[in-house]
Amino acid sequence: MTVIEARALRKEFVVRVKAGVLRRESRVIAAVDGIDLTVSRGDMLGYIGPNGAGKSTTLKMLTGVLYPSSGVVRVCGFEPVPQRQALARRIGVVFGHRSQLWWDLPLRDSFALLRHIYAVPAADHAARLSRCRKLLDLDPFLDTPVRQLSLGQRMRGELTAALLHGPEVLFLDEPTIGLDLVSKQAVRSFLAGIGDAGDTTLVLTTHDLADIERLCRRLVVIDRGRIVHDGSLDELHARYGSRRRVVVDLDAPLVTPLALPDVSVESIEADGRRITYALEGGRTTAGELVRRLAELASIRDISVLEPAIEDVVARLYADRDRHGAGA
Amino acid sequence: MASGGWCSRVDSRWLTAYGPLVRAQVRSQAQYRASFVIDVAGSVLFGVLDVVAVFVLFRVSKTLAGFTFADVFLMTALANCAFAIADLLVGNVERLRVYVRSGLLDAVLVRPLGVLTQLAVMDVAARRVGRVVVAVGVLIVAAVNAGLALTAARLVLLVVAPAAGAVIFSAVFVGTASVAFWWIESGELGNALTYGGHDFTAYPMPIYGTVFRRLLAYGLGFAFVAYYPALALLDRRDPLGAPAGLGYASPLVAALVAAAAGLCWRRGVRHYRSTGS
Repeated sequence: MTVIEARALRKEFVVRVKAGVLRRESRVIAAVDGIDLTVSRGDMLGYIGPNGAGKSTTLKMLTGVLYPSSGVVRVCGFEPVPQRQALARRIGVVFGHRSQLWWDLPLRDSFALLRHIYAVPAADHAARLSRCRKLLDLDPFLDTPVRQLSLGQRMRGELTAALLHGPEVLFLDEPTIGLDLVSKQAVRSFLAGIGDAGDTTLVLTTHDLADIERLCRRLVVIDRGRIVHDGSLDELHARYGSRRRVVVDLDAPLVTPLALPDVSVESIEADGRRITYALEGGRTTAGELVRRLAELASIRDISVLEPAIEDVVARLYADRDRHGAGA
Repeated sequence: MASGGWCSRVDSRWLTAYGPLVRAQVRSQAQYRASFVIDVAGSVLFGVLDVVAVFVLFRVSKTLAGFTFADVFLMTALANCAFAIADLLVGNVERLRVYVRSGLLDAVLVRPLGVLTQLAVMDVAARRVGRVVVAVGVLIVAAVNAGLALTAARLVLLVVAPAAGAVIFSAVFVGTASVAFWWIESGELGNALTYGGHDFTAYPMPIYGTVFRRLLAYGLGFAFVAYYPALALLDRRDPLGAPAGLGYASPLVAALVAAAAGLCWRRGVRHYRSTGS
């Protein structure tokens, strides 16, 4: 079942550029430049891209905050802006940098108020709240005014606040920004749990690559308002040539180099006693490489390095800069 | 807005959400106890000072544009009452520019309640209740002091006029706050019309210059906050020659001004959504 559908979605802003002492020239800039996106129920979608790529603008059009300049968008069957209030009851939104909670009131009170705002039946509200209390460990600070909470505690409160009305789609704009490692992990595993349950669709923007690896089954990479990749993380790796690496420590340097299909030597260190192999394509597995190597030399230590999404994304953004310089 | 059913559903939610939201706001402000007490005292003091200004004025002069102390006192009391109610209900929409600048308006837009409702309710300043109580008290004193010949119609007007005036002031609050949708740096511009408008309405219209009077008294409907209702209550003719009983038209003027402000607001929200500011 499709929950989000966007066709040729576009958003233009007029920016005024200084063109003289007092003169300003207006220029039209497309923050989102024709996006097609279909998201099915239960998807866990990572929406990533460099700063200014159009991530937040897209999210704002999907949640009914901004009008698209052109194109079609439907979320849960609603047109976001004209049917904003009806849509608001079906979606949850968490902004990493903005609080939805009542600053001066205990967390508990914010939750109670949200029940009234969303007109949630008391029993549903209580059930959802008690689940969040358990999973996010809210009890120690439930009676603390929000302004006194740590960022990690507040974010757990924000997540709860966004879920109390049982949204079908949860939009998260940089949900782990600024959090310490423990809080990040708490947030991630909570979100992973929601995703695994399968009835809530997650759409998140992030710069945190660990978020992506943990939470996003599908990645949509946006750059300059256009989608440059839409697929799984593995597909992204394949496309941008990310490689798994096998690092072996040998007792003595190899006498004859090992030659296997799809395997290349990336580096040789420690007088030939540490070799890094890169695996590309699927013709040789890491296991086979190790087995063949063991026939030739005595192996002291082995480690397999998974491809780092950092590398892929860095390469993606570097591509953009090269194009940018050419344009 | 397509069907009546949808509208009534929204209304009932508005009502059920309103009470808890206002109570939460009062609780929030009561957290800072000393500041809350000072605020209440301050707002009461402000209400009293407005009246004191009339006393001072009439120590200097026996009449003001042909009006006695009792007449002007009634006008001031009506204006004060209308303003205090409007300030309590929507006085905080001027915080819109903070919302626009900080991006908090986005958080408001993803909730299933109207934007104006949320801003008005979420920032309602409980301390301003004190000022309303004082203003109502002063109005009763002023009405008694003026020795009004209270017919049934005038009694109704005495209650309706502050309410209509409150709507006019509310409209000015909302209308001027809307400017922030286009121009975040609107600063104190709105206050000139709201707080300034309050002072303007507190005195008889003939004391003002023609241009100023046309603009504010008739253009924005400020003459209908206190001046015309006071004339109707006092059974006096307008020195400027307006027909008698014009004060009874206050609710109509209020409705017009409110409609204009509502239009500004809606256009503003639409503008925000197309520019993102």
